[in-house]
Amino acid sequence: MKNNAPEPIITFRDVDFSYNGEPVLENISIEIDRNDFVAILGPNGAGKTTLIKLLLGFLKPSKGTISILGKTPVKARKSIGYVPQYSIFDKDYPINVVDIVKMNTLTSTSLFPSYKNEVTEKAFSLLQKLEIRNLAYRNFHELSGGQKQRVLIARALINEPKILLLDEPTASVDVTMEKDIYDTLKMLNMNTTILLITHDVGFVSSYVNKICCLNRYASMHSVAELTGKSLFDIYSEDSKFLRHHCNL
Amino acid sequence: MSELFLSIATYTFLQNAVLAAILASIVCGITGTFVVVKKITFISGGIAHTVLGGVGIAYYLGIPPIIGAFVFAILSAIIIGLVKLKANQHEDTVISALWAMGMAVGVIFMYLTPGYSADLLSYLFGNILMVSSTNLYILAGLNVLIILVVLIFYRQFIAITYDEEQARLRGLPVDFLYILLLCIIALTIVVLIQIVGIILVIALLSLPAAIAGLYTRTLHAMILSAIGLGMVFTLSGIAISFTANIPTGATIIIICGLVYLIAINLTRLIHKKN
Repeated sequence: MKNNAPEPIITFRDVDFSYNGEPVLENISIEIDRNDFVAILGPNGAGKTTLIKLLLGFLKPSKGTISILGKTPVKARKSIGYVPQYSIFDKDYPINVVDIVKMNTLTSTSLFPSYKNEVTEKAFSLLQKLEIRNLAYRNFHELSGGQKQRVLIARALINEPKILLLDEPTASVDVTMEKDIYDTLKMLNMNTTILLITHDVGFVSSYVNKICCLNRYASMHSVAELTGKSLFDIYSEDSKFLRHHCNL
Repeated sequence: MSELFLSIATYTFLQNAVLAAILASIVCGITGTFVVVKKITFISGGIAHTVLGGVGIAYYLGIPPIIGAFVFAILSAIIIGLVKLKANQHEDTVISALWAMGMAVGVIFMYLTPGYSADLLSYLFGNILMVSSTNLYILAGLNVLIILVVLIFYRQFIAITYDEEQARLRGLPVDFLYILLLCIIALTIVVLIQIVGIILVIALLSLPAAIAGLYTRTLHAMILSAIGLGMVFTLSGIAISFTANIPTGATIIIICGLVYLIAINLTRLIHKKN
């Protein structure tokens, strides 16, 4: 392999998944390279959640193989930082921001209540990096959607993952916040491969380098190849083009 | 009131009652907090009611009922835990079935036991004034065990109750921790049954923690606060029931319930104002 050839770190090879005999995903063959910033676009019911569960090893393909960093998804879990939708959290749970971030360093040998100082320091420096250090002792459910999303990104980053996987990171945040989150992800993309799943075409196309259209089948497009125009053009051309291309 | 303190100084059974109430409040605050944040009161109710089966069999065999309660509580915690983890559907029905079958087994064995067992009512509705010194040692031992296990697994319990999926991704032994937590609930129920009985135990387990959850911002604050509330409720329940000559368990539960209802309505009012 040539030195500067892209290095695939996630590979789906002929993956099928069916649920109770109903095909959800069919014949998925995609490759994601190191330091890609990929948006997986698809309408509701396209199999986006299934794809996430396959990537995290919670589901197994009915057919085909998935390889992440040369390992099975379950074995590669430690290298993936997963950012779920914040709406899954119980808003009555009494827990503050910094504790949520630190929690993601736990292993089965983490006994007794207190964390090591290094962990606390690392959590604070991540909160600093994501510009939410002032919220460290706030209750998670009192934060705005965008702030919650940053907390969950900080939580994922504390393990220094090679891959960041985000489920609808901009669902129910306003436009300014959406742009903010994408800017943050762009910054993280310098040394992390980013995979985000969304049904929201919006700004995303001006940040990512690849778009994977998902609707039972998947097709991968590099953003440049999609149009042959600059990223700015794609953005300004609105989402119609993508909608058309992905059959949204 | 001074008469009450004088009686406490004089009568061992009242001293035992006060000590039992304090021991119960401690574990009730710790375990109740996890029950409330994980929203598993129904499962806890299942464990509590199944215990009657153990009590009945213990009577029949002539061994101390608290031993029977202990064995059945742990067994039902493990079975219910496995059902919850393995069965994708109908878990509510399965838990209800175990709940009722446990009680039915208890009733049958008590019927088969020769002689009239007045203690059945004590187990159903509690009789704190019957706590023996031996039981007090058992309660103290269970307290130490529960506190120790929760301290050791504190952070991992938070992880599985807050975000189970993430805990699995981290490679934590989620299933083991879940069943361990249910066993801790089972042990706590054995302690609390001495005070308020099987039927009323769920209120004492969940209400102090639920009230504490309304105004605390961290889990350890919620636990400490629930312990304090538990002590206030159980001790004032003993005082009121002793003075008014009414059943203690029921009095404690009515205090818990009233304070809870007032607390949630106050919280709602405050939220509306803001």
